[in-house]
Amino acid sequence: MPKDGGIGASTKRREDVRFLTGTGNYTDDINLRGQAYVHFLRSDVAHGKINKVDTEAASGMPGVLRIFTGADFEGVGSIPCGWQVTDRFGEVMQEPAHPVLAQGKVRHVGDPIAAIVAETYMQARDAAEAIEYDIDELPAVVNMKDALKEGAPKVHDDLKNNLCYDWGFVEENKAAVNEAFEKAAHVTTLELVNNRLIANPMEPRVAVGDFNRSTGDSTLYTTSQNPHVIRLLMGAFVLGIPEHKLRVVSPDVGGGFGTKIFHYAEEAFCTFAAKALNRPVKWTSTRSEAFMSDAHGRDHVTKIELALDKDNNFTALRTDTHANMGAYLSTFAPSVPTWLHGTLMAGNYKTPLIYVNVKAVFTNTVPVDAYRGAGRPEATYQLERVIDKAARELGVDPIALRRQNFITEFPYATPVAVEYDTGDYNATMDKLEEIADFKGFAARRKASEAKGMLRGLGINCYIEACGIAPSNLVGQLGARAGLYESATVRVNATGGLVVMTGSHSHGQGHETAFPQVIAEMIGIDADMVEIVHGDTGNAPMGMGTYGSRSLAVGGSAMVRATEKIINKAKKIAAHLMEASEADIELKDGAFSVAGTDKSVAWGDVTLAAYVPHNYPLEDIEPGLEETAFYDPSNFTYPSGAYACEVEVDPDTGRVTIERFSAADDFGNIVNPMIVSGQVHGGIGQGIGQALLEACAYDENGQLQTGSYMDYAMPRADDVPFYTVDHSCQTPCTHNPLGVKGCGEAGAIGSPPAVVNAVIDALQSGGKNVTHIDMPLSPSRVWDAMQG
Amino acid sequence: MYAFDIERPTTIGDALSALGHEEAQALGGGQTLIPTLKQRLAAPAKLVSLTGISEMKGVCTADDGSLCIGGGTCHADVAAEAGAYPALASLAGHIGDPAVRNRGTIGGSLANNDPSACYPSAVLGSGATVITSNREIAADDFFDGLFTTALEEGEIITEVRFPVPEKASYQKFEQPASRFALVGVFVAKYADGVRVAVTGASEGGVFRWAEAEAALSANFAPEAIEGLSVDGSDMISDLHGSGAYRAHLVAVMTRRAVAAAG
Repeated sequence: MPKDGGIGASTKRREDVRFLTGTGNYTDDINLRGQAYVHFLRSDVAHGKINKVDTEAASGMPGVLRIFTGADFEGVGSIPCGWQVTDRFGEVMQEPAHPVLAQGKVRHVGDPIAAIVAETYMQARDAAEAIEYDIDELPAVVNMKDALKEGAPKVHDDLKNNLCYDWGFVEENKAAVNEAFEKAAHVTTLELVNNRLIANPMEPRVAVGDFNRSTGDSTLYTTSQNPHVIRLLMGAFVLGIPEHKLRVVSPDVGGGFGTKIFHYAEEAFCTFAAKALNRPVKWTSTRSEAFMSDAHGRDHVTKIELALDKDNNFTALRTDTHANMGAYLSTFAPSVPTWLHGTLMAGNYKTPLIYVNVKAVFTNTVPVDAYRGAGRPEATYQLERVIDKAARELGVDPIALRRQNFITEFPYATPVAVEYDTGDYNATMDKLEEIADFKGFAARRKASEAKGMLRGLGINCYIEACGIAPSNLVGQLGARAGLYESATVRVNATGGLVVMTGSHSHGQGHETAFPQVIAEMIGIDADMVEIVHGDTGNAPMGMGTYGSRSLAVGGSAMVRATEKIINKAKKIAAHLMEASEADIELKDGAFSVAGTDKSVAWGDVTLAAYVPHNYPLEDIEPGLEETAFYDPSNFTYPSGAYACEVEVDPDTGRVTIERFSAADDFGNIVNPMIVSGQVHGGIGQGIGQALLEACAYDENGQLQTGSYMDYAMPRADDVPFYTVDHSCQTPCTHNPLGVKGCGEAGAIGSPPAVVNAVIDALQSGGKNVTHIDMPLSPSRVWDAMQG
Repeated sequence: MYAFDIERPTTIGDALSALGHEEAQALGGGQTLIPTLKQRLAAPAKLVSLTGISEMKGVCTADDGSLCIGGGTCHADVAAEAGAYPALASLAGHIGDPAVRNRGTIGGSLANNDPSACYPSAVLGSGATVITSNREIAADDFFDGLFTTALEEGEIITEVRFPVPEKASYQKFEQPASRFALVGVFVAKYADGVRVAVTGASEGGVFRWAEAEAALSANFAPEAIEGLSVDGSDMISDLHGSGAYRAHLVAVMTRRAVAAAG
């Protein structure tokens, strides 16, 4: 196989041609004949009792087709939650209803009160201003600890309180963990906040609902990372439309980062209203709406304690986290602080005893759910920060302390229920020391100091559980879905292939990387393979893209389906060459008979499959199309070591990232360029979290960061040129490609390195600062320096 | 955005008569007004665009050596053409992003008087004269708190006249999200003394820091203002920094401006 197109080639991304020339087909590019537009009237208070929503005057406004309120959705299902967590007492979580439009109460700024459908978007907005509504503002709960106090206002009146669940993991280990702390030679404690983030994909969410009166079929075009999941959740749980009468299409999607996984009320509304009005209904989120209606990420408040023995071995870890759910349970919200967070608390270390307590809390804020990394960044951040703090308290080298406690034998069963199949944490740390040029740091610090700047070096390790996930395992943990992936490989008569996959590409480059795998397997040009995704009308039931799962799970399904294709093609080739099937070899796109010079080309075999004149019809069917579903037997465990060097301006507190190096182990790699791009993007988002981004609410639940005037997204000049390396490869042992996934690593691995570096810089300048909560904005750093 | 009428006069006279209508609003580069309209936070019945008035555009040097900038001149043009006043050209070249700099105008910025805008500090720090359709206003009389100026209804800034200092520098510390000035300090040294104008920081909008001016007039060196400070309780306190932080930055940016001015 020529290495310009198969596995291991840095093939340029074919999808970029249309993305960069303005010829992509995004959801907002879809405009249907007779389309009407919806505008949502959203609550401007965080918590309130709805006394009246009078739409009469507004309904008579020009162009208005109909105005819907919560009352129109009586008898329609609630927006469902896809994961049920069981608490440490054996009780299932409290799960409130989530109506499509608010009923009785509004629970966060942005909660939709009414939906105005009109001939034009502007007419809908005009009519919204004519709606007379009366809402009694109620005291809001914003701070999680306040929300749990006796007598706190309840977000949901029909729940016992604002506690979604109180989760303990592993509950049976709690006593042993506490005992280990009593015996510890040293305990390091750190209280920290994992700041609330707003994903801000470049493309805001869009939904277009359509209803075909002649067939009774509904179609939803939406900006989703997983159209099949939306079809199932919306069809089965909200609107009662069976899958065969509902098609969900997610065409080009301009970034997801997790926030486009979830099923949103606007999607259900557009589908519902299209049928009610017998007209297509379109919604395009404004950026302002996105800030108050896209699920937010992170928002954990944690106390972590690390126990060490006299030789600095980690003996136990204990954490206490409050995790914000917001006002309603978004699709996968309950799983993020539990199974995607608690199970990662061992990190790269052989800490024998771990106990994690998480209290998930309802507040009058936008729902919080998965955001790039989802739970794993929160785990990594607290662990890698407390280890760094411990090293400083003990006066030992932070790298040596980590190395001393590394897991070195695999497979390794952690005390938090997962089994790492492979890894080599010393190898990635060795690689990091080399690429980050630790030896040169002292000279660089001296040069910075000569300019009056403080320079710091921060490192951290990470591990993540990706390739989500074994269905039987997640089923036991409360998932209300399987997490396999599917692929149908259709070979056309003239030899080209179309792969219909349940994985969804919204920036990942599947259209380039997936063909590389098939090209390698068959020995043909990657250009002969086309990837089709994002349409429940043509791809088999799949679970979509998140959790760094597309190649590890979706790619594995594609490999399995391609193997079936090859097996059948060999039978056809054997027939054509009058040879035994066992003697047929496939190489460089041709089938040959072992030990002879007989061969037939790939295209001859595919043609025979569809023109079966000379064909073993008694043994096999004509045609060449196979489907496979792949359910992984374990998670994959990418890991790595990251280093960040910062300069801090002691006069202003401003932090600049001078160097950032990442040594990752992603197992086998299909397209190194795309992997580097994923790491770059992830680190950029991690730096955003560490230095810039923070979603803030005031005490009344008003969103203070409702636009880019106050919500600081990282820009090109906020990030350095990265040094990334993924030459350390311990292939995954349980999927056919040996791949682990790379989409989230950068976002998981980078925040602690940045914060550790800033603390290092400040301490080098004689400042006794042991922690600053993210984002490390100039004012926060300066405040910390004032003592 | 609500519906509105728009007029595009080509002379100052036509602009003034168009602005004479009730609920008419002047539109410069639109970098503040258009986003405001999009959010439905303003509903003028008529916009009078000033961008078609050629006599209000351009940069030139007057007989007395002062630099004259037409009120309708965009920031990019000032950055390119105000070479006679390098600190001013540099300030203009660092406002917003290229899109903003090619649309936004000096007149629009001054008339809006955003407390975080850059231009007010240059005008106040240079003791410039704001020339309007019917009078001349000294910089010290022009700015009147947040988003408020001495401009009367229907009055247009046609030109701003800057005396060119011996030395000057503008130092901006950017708010991380908006990249407006969290604190911006414009220092200008003239034969008769030094002016120091601060934007971004104060609850009262752009202001002159008199103590620093006196100290720097005596000794134009960064160390001259050691020990001087503005009162943090008068400074803006928000998500991006406390009043005390902004007060601290005023001194830091002033020292840096003096050092940069040389």
